[in-house]
Formats: sequence, C-alpha cells, structure tokens
Amino acid sequence: MKVHKLRTPINDEDIANIAIGDVLFLDGVVVTARDLVHRLVVKEGRNCPIDLNGLAIFHAGPIVKRHDNKWFIVSIGPTTSYRMEPYEYEFIERTRVKLIIGKGFMGDRTAKACRDFKAIVTLYPGGCGAITSFNIEEVLGVYWLELGIPEALWVLKVKELGPLIVTIDSKGNNLRNQIMDTVNKQGRKIIKEIYSSIANL
Amino acid sequence: MTFINLLSIMKEFIKVVVTSLPNDVANALRRVCESEEGITKHVCDYMLKNVYLASKTHKPLCQDTGTLMFFIKAGSKSPYFNVLKKVIVEAVKELTKEGLLRPNSIDPFTNINTGDNTGRYIPWIEWDIVDDSDITEVTLYVAGGGSSLPARALVVRPTDGLDELVKLVFDIVPTYGIDACPPLIVGIGIGATLEIAATLSKRALLKPVGARNPNPKVAKLETLLLSKLNDIGIGPQGLFGKTFVLDVHIEYSYRHPATYAIALSLSCWALRRGILALYPEGRAYVSSHGVWLEGT
Repeated sequence: MKVHKLRTPINDEDIANIAIGDVLFLDGVVVTARDLVHRLVVKEGRNCPIDLNGLAIFHAGPIVKRHDNKWFIVSIGPTTSYRMEPYEYEFIERTRVKLIIGKGFMGDRTAKACRDFKAIVTLYPGGCGAITSFNIEEVLGVYWLELGIPEALWVLKVKELGPLIVTIDSKGNNLRNQIMDTVNKQGRKIIKEIYSSIANL
Repeated sequence: MTFINLLSIMKEFIKVVVTSLPNDVANALRRVCESEEGITKHVCDYMLKNVYLASKTHKPLCQDTGTLMFFIKAGSKSPYFNVLKKVIVEAVKELTKEGLLRPNSIDPFTNINTGDNTGRYIPWIEWDIVDDSDITEVTLYVAGGGSSLPARALVVRPTDGLDELVKLVFDIVPTYGIDACPPLIVGIGIGATLEIAATLSKRALLKPVGARNPNPKVAKLETLLLSKLNDIGIGPQGLFGKTFVLDVHIEYSYRHPATYAIALSLSCWALRRGILALYPEGRAYVSSHGVWLEGT
C-alpha cells in the first residue's frame, strides 16, 4: 500500500502508477455527480455543464447552507457507487473524468472504462460527512440545482480530501473481485455449517 | 408545555440524533477500532474521529440524514397526544430550512424534491397506543439510502422458513452489504405477512447493540448469524477485517399456517437512533444518548 498526493487537473501519467489498495489525498476541484446526473448525461445525452476532463467526480449529495450569495457545505460524504454502475462506462467515455470518488465498489464495466480511458475509482469511508466538510475550502458553483440539492452538480474546491482508497486502477484491476472471491468461497462453506446448526436450534 | 416549547425540544432531539451516535453503537464502534489492523484500522479511526467532530461541531455525522421514521409509544392520557404529529412535521421542516437535514423527500412519479422533507406519508410516523397511561416515548430512526437499498422481504413456504431465511441473509448481506457502509447492523423480521415481517425487521434495528431476543432459541440464531457473517472476513467498509456486522437482531410475530414471511433491513455503522421520553410535567430525556433536553 502506497500513499499518493494528487492535484487536479489530473493527467494519465499522474495515475499510471497508482494501484488498487493504495491511498490518495486530493487537492483541487471535485464535482458531485450522482444518479440523475449520470442518467441525464448518458441516457438522455445532455451535455455536462462543466468540463470534467482531468477532474474528479464525487458520488455524493451534500447538505448545504446559503449565506447571502454564497453556498456552504454543512456535511458531505459518498453515496453507494454501485448504483452508477450501469452508466459509468459511458460517463467516463464522454466526460474523460479521471478520478471517481464514491462509497463501496464498482463493477466490471467501470473497470473496463478505467482501462480504456485511463481513470481510477476510489472508495471514501462512508458516513463521515461532518469531518469531510472541513476539507471543502469553497463552493465554486452549482449546476442543475433544479434536480434538488442532493442531485445537483456541486463544484467544490477541496484540500487533502481523503483517505481515498483505490478500488479500480487505470489498468482495470478491481478490488471488488478479490472481495467477491472471498465471499463466494468462504460464504459457501459457512452457509453449509449454518444449515446444520439451525437444525439443532 | 406550550407548542413552542415542545417544538424546540423536538428540534433538539432530532439534532442530537443526526449529530451523534447512540451510546451502544458508539461503544461498539470503539471496540471494532481496537480490534482491526492496517488500512481497515485507519478507516475505522477516521470514522470515530468523524463521530467525535460531528457532535462537537453540531454537524450531521452523515450527510444523508435519511428518511425520518418516528415510532411513537403514547398513553391515551399523554398530554402531548394531540400535538405530537404537528410538532414533528414542523420540527422537520424547520431543521431542513436551517440546513441540518438534507431534503430527502421526492415524488416517485415526477422525481421532484419537495425541499422540506415532507410529502405523502413523510415523515413516516407509527403509533403504539398504551392503555390507561400518560407516558410518551418517541423513537426516531433515520433511514439512510445506502443501507435501505439492499433491504428485502418475501413470503416463503412454511416448511422451509428458517432455511430460506438463512439463504436470504447470506445471499444479500455479504454481497449488497459491502456497499452499505459496514460494519452493519442486521434487522430480521419474521411474521405472517410481508408487511408484518418488513416492519418488524425495521423495529429489530431499534434494539440496542448487544441486546439478545428474550426467546433463547431466537437469541441463539442471532448469535449464530452474527458470528458466521463475520467469519467471511469482509470487514469494515468491505476492506477485509474482523467485523463486518456489529449485531443481528430478530423480531417476530406468530405466523399463519400457510405462510412464513421473512424480511431483512440493514443499517450502516452510522446507526442514528434516538429514544426521547417526554414526561407529563415537561422534562425531556434522550435515554439512547443519556442527554436531558432543556428546550426554550
């Protein structure tokens, strides 16, 4: 396990030597994009209102507050990334986003996109919304607010956002496969043991 | 107590619930941090640090303040009986406006967010009426999206009931559970019909971590499922480790001869559950967190 510091804009070389299981801390610009943004860009062909090439997206829906003319993040953290799995290949292909931050793991199609278009996927510990708000330096803007606060694209300036644990690297290796192997092998053995135990409850 | 007093107490209560963990869950999380190693330990320490910082800075510990579900136990002589629902709805609206709750109430047909956490049947409120009593106890459970997503309920052949239950648990929890913010709390409901099992599986999540079902057979099954789910080795946040599940609770009703309904509800590690006792003379105590509320 290696620890890396990354800064946006991110290019292909920046992520070439980052491997699954490594830990990242990010400085720069992160844009929140979750269910509806993915659907609108991929399925309905809408143009993403901000150029994501070289930037990071965050599967997240924050709690925000507004003072005068400025937005502030009260609490922000990742949402389940696997919900974006059906759209992420095309989303990466179209936007050329380089870093995806989310909760949990993503599947084979996203891993293929990471290999084909050079991107990485990271897991951020879920449920850590309060502490993360202190890594947000500024809300630079918001797009598609009509989708509602959680679903809008929030453009955020972040400092030392992390620990981001790499689950898919730019070669397409996927940490999820290792976990699923364990679940399949161990799980099958364990379920057999349980069936015999419940007979004697 | 006036409506305004009660409203301020209800708002304080909701604030406590979304900015801190109940004592039982916080203690369980501390024990997990002590037992994990490597990156998993690092991630658990980060989660604990977040819990500490959230309650210190009064920020929601998770940005997903969920669907607010209230379970009210009230005596027919409770002095709050007639205003409680109004107070809850108003408190939720105000806290959303104040930026403490994320607006999470969406019309399923238009996808329009109401912006204030209210809507048809939302916030969700269930009542248990206690005969001839003046007690008022409000339990709040904040149902986050990530851990609500893997929930399942089905009705199976009664002869296969327990086997099907084990199959459901092991099909869903280790696979979908990895994305639902483990270490998880698993709630299992068993009953005569689908919705009885479903509501009991949610009520199972309201029991304290470590509490066992009074029926020894059921308690044994809870412990068995807990240890076997952890034996897989998935660990916190699915990064491998000792604790994937903090606890398993089972709630059941008696069933029908022809049915065996089973349901599964999950909670993420950030289980936000609070129990508020409102005393007739006006004192208010959050027993889950050990906090007296003053109101204004």
